[in-house]
Amino acid sequence: MSERSIATAARTATAVAAGDGQLGDFVALLKPRVMSLVVFTGFVGLFLAPGTLHPVLALTAVLCIAVGAGAAGAINMWYDRDIDARMARTRDRPVPAGRIEPGAALGFGASLAVGAVLVMGLAVNLAAGALLAGSIAFYVFIYTMGLKRRTPQNIVIGGAAGAFPPLIGWAAVTGDLGVEALVLFAIIFLWTPPHFWALALYRAEDYARAGVHMLPVVAGGAATRRQILGYTLALVPVTLLPTALGEAGWTYGLGAAALGALFLICAIRVLRDTGDRAARRMFGFSILYLFALFALLIVDRSLSLPGV
Amino acid sequence: MPPAPLHRSRRARNIALAGALFALAALFFAITIAKLGS
Repeated sequence: MSERSIATAARTATAVAAGDGQLGDFVALLKPRVMSLVVFTGFVGLFLAPGTLHPVLALTAVLCIAVGAGAAGAINMWYDRDIDARMARTRDRPVPAGRIEPGAALGFGASLAVGAVLVMGLAVNLAAGALLAGSIAFYVFIYTMGLKRRTPQNIVIGGAAGAFPPLIGWAAVTGDLGVEALVLFAIIFLWTPPHFWALALYRAEDYARAGVHMLPVVAGGAATRRQILGYTLALVPVTLLPTALGEAGWTYGLGAAALGALFLICAIRVLRDTGDRAARRMFGFSILYLFALFALLIVDRSLSLPGV
Repeated sequence: MPPAPLHRSRRARNIALAGALFALAALFFAITIAKLGS
């Protein structure tokens, strides 16, 4: 091998070490675990909406929701690379770990965001496209750049971004929004604070080191535990609204009540437990809780379809 | 990273990109058919 080819190989290897990410790193930028919940709740909005949508367009809508959410996650990782590097939970992400250049992460996220919005707007409808654009903008500009580092209410207001998918799914079918879609929005909106604060309780040192104003860092564990219980008490009645409004049947209503009781028990245990164990359990259960609630809506609607 | 694994990594990334582009082309075709049919 000539000296020139050795030098070329060395330069190439250095480029990789400096951020020429592998396929898995680009997938990781899209936050696939978060994306799965977003896709599912978006699909439920689409499934429950009155009217019909061609299966190809329904698939396109779900795909755009997924890509839009992933794009927002990639832009979030670009912006938060400094605090991600200081937190144990996030320091191995592709950008802070140096496997992907910050500019590449931003370009990747921005391209996907624009693509997802354009396809949603042109192929499905303008309302769904506008809502998708709004949710990405809200997550990036309001939550990530505006609230996250400034206020302990970051995830309360920022939680709205994660509550958009059912609205987008609904709008993909109807072209507008209905009361039931807004109830789904409210469920995710009220679920977000207990979900994230349970995580923040046992990751408080991490957040403090990174300078993120999460509630346990600013107000302490006791206040956070009270807030978790408060939001859970507000959430459970809202989860019963689909049945109360006649949009869902008793299958959903009874299931939601049972799940709500379990979630409330989790919150009470968190209030009483000054250690991490109850908070860890509540965080884990909160994900299952939201999946189960939305799955119940699908089951309930499927049971009420003619011929079932 | 030595050149061989580097080339394998880039090859995997390029194949994935090609797959994504073909999938996108197929999706646009399917959307066109769906829109024409509605």
